[in-house]
Amino acid sequence: MGQTLFDKIWDAHVVSSNEGFPDILYIDTHFIHEVTSPQAFDGLRTRGLPVFRPKQTVATADHNVPTIDQHLPIKEELSRYQVDMLTKNCKEFGIELYGLGHPYQGIVHVIGPELGITRPGGTYVCGDSHTSTHGAFGAIAFGIGTSQVEQVMATQCLLQSRPKRMKIEVNGKLHKGVGAKDIILYIIAQISAAGGTGYAVEYAGDTIRSLSMEGRMTICNMSIEMGARCGLIAPDETTIEYVKGREFAPKGEEWDKAVAYWKTLYSDADAQFDEVLSFRAEDIEPMITYGTNPGMGIGVTQHVPETASFEAKEQGSYKKALEYMGLHDDETLLGKPIDYVFIGSCTNSRIEDLRQVAEFVKGKYKADNVTVWVVPGSKQVQEQAIREGLDKIFDAAGFPLREPGCSACLGMNEDKIPAGKYCVSTSNRNFEGRQGPNSRTFLASPLTAAASAITGKVTDIREFLKEEELV
Amino acid sequence: MATKIFKHIQTSVVPLPIENIDTDQIIPARFLKATTRDGFGNNLFRDWRFDGDDNPKPDFVLNNPNFSGKILVAGKNFGCGSSREHAAWAIADYGFDAVVSSFFADIFKGNALNNGLLPVQVSEDFLKKIFEAIYADEHAVVEIDLVDQFIKIVATGEQETFEVNPYKKACMTNGYDDIDYILSKKELIEEFEESK
Repeated sequence: MGQTLFDKIWDAHVVSSNEGFPDILYIDTHFIHEVTSPQAFDGLRTRGLPVFRPKQTVATADHNVPTIDQHLPIKEELSRYQVDMLTKNCKEFGIELYGLGHPYQGIVHVIGPELGITRPGGTYVCGDSHTSTHGAFGAIAFGIGTSQVEQVMATQCLLQSRPKRMKIEVNGKLHKGVGAKDIILYIIAQISAAGGTGYAVEYAGDTIRSLSMEGRMTICNMSIEMGARCGLIAPDETTIEYVKGREFAPKGEEWDKAVAYWKTLYSDADAQFDEVLSFRAEDIEPMITYGTNPGMGIGVTQHVPETASFEAKEQGSYKKALEYMGLHDDETLLGKPIDYVFIGSCTNSRIEDLRQVAEFVKGKYKADNVTVWVVPGSKQVQEQAIREGLDKIFDAAGFPLREPGCSACLGMNEDKIPAGKYCVSTSNRNFEGRQGPNSRTFLASPLTAAASAITGKVTDIREFLKEEELV
Repeated sequence: MATKIFKHIQTSVVPLPIENIDTDQIIPARFLKATTRDGFGNNLFRDWRFDGDDNPKPDFVLNNPNFSGKILVAGKNFGCGSSREHAAWAIADYGFDAVVSSFFADIFKGNALNNGLLPVQVSEDFLKKIFEAIYADEHAVVEIDLVDQFIKIVATGEQETFEVNPYKKACMTNGYDDIDYILSKKELIEEFEESK
């Protein structure tokens, strides 16, 4: 019987497999950042252990960093301490750090791929649940807790039980104005925030295949939002072209060898999945979330579900969510006034996202009632945007381009949405208080966010596209 | 390194019948700036437990003196979202030894097991029975036995078995540690690296 892509990669990384024990899985690269690593380094010190393979560990500062004036010392004392601690720990344990001021600094899930560190067939972990992003290259990549960060530092391995395998196919042609973000929000809305729990999800089908690498990263990034252990997409020419020539990508003979291997990485035709789901691209509208988990999403023209449509035991949690969001049964979000627009995060802060937004907002200006933050995913994305003149387009539209970091996705730095305010956000989570205490988040695509910034209210991007013949 | 040992508890419980409780609720991101593992219990469920002026919200269960105990009982898909182990630290630091739900998010479950905090997954039906028992008597006692893998509502005698990975069970009941185990296979790791 054939193998799934996931099993091929997993099997190639099993150091030891014993009945009754989880497998010992070899990790090719361990990404670390300032928030989930300090206690792990302390653990190593207590044990008197070194980092086992420091050259396979890559560090950056992203969660806590300010997104303006990064050349100045961090103002907030605890953030500064945590970032300084990362610098100190990396020095002590011999780990390369792309810290503030470094040309490679940025959100860990943006820099891994753009530096060519993330490659097909690899295993990647990080103390961050959106590590699933890297699966877009046909890799096994997932988030871990700090005890596991310590485990990987100490051994370059992780104890893991093999998850079940799910295939999610999307076939057909997307409507104009609908993109990767809408696809993944649609899938999560269909199967719920727990629908993928216990599974490694392979995304397949011609719609997925037609996406750029950046679109594929957006899809795999949000795998965790349906509870999946990881998400992955088989590598193809699009993948190989993306990796080619990047800073740490293999070169010369090594490259040819690597590509030959990558071409074997696909699920065999007779591979068995534990679950297979299929969706039609034509059914997907521009999506928006209305609730307090990413599974609570609807097409932008649809209405908020009625409480009575849920089972009795679920109604309490549902009412709590609507109350938090200041919404009521059957309400339409279209036309609802908003206060903030955040374009950024490891889901949607790459150069294609910024290009798409810039192309749309060129010659337009944001509504008076809206504050817009555009936060690039990395220093390299920021520099590229400036080289292409996107910063000038953004400035003219009232969309200031800031400096890279996780920013308002989780509001660990100063970029917080105030209590009670509505934010259309390209990030990945709409949990209560996620963007700041009592903030209210509508998750959407970069295009929907940009259009909503222009009108000052939740907007169907297709209304603009009718007039403009944009992509 | 030895870790906390868990075999058996019998205690009153704290009910939190909300579904999809994410780790941002358990411990909001702004409290993740500490660089040690201690003290997170003070901010457990911070924004449900305290208002913007840090006054306790009387409606929240942790502020209700009628409920106490070492077991937290919550709705399905507990611990979804961020991988922050700080969520498990906060629950354990507050004083809970176990969390009962009808469904756990993967990463939270792993984090809990790595910190001597036992996630006990029960059927929807049994979860409902526990909530009913608590609302009938706030001091209702629940017994959890990891060795024999059962959970029991003491007053009614109703019980259910639960699953736990045999390796993690051995770790929790003996205080074994993952890193010690993997390092005992160090030569296999080095062989693997050479064969690549």
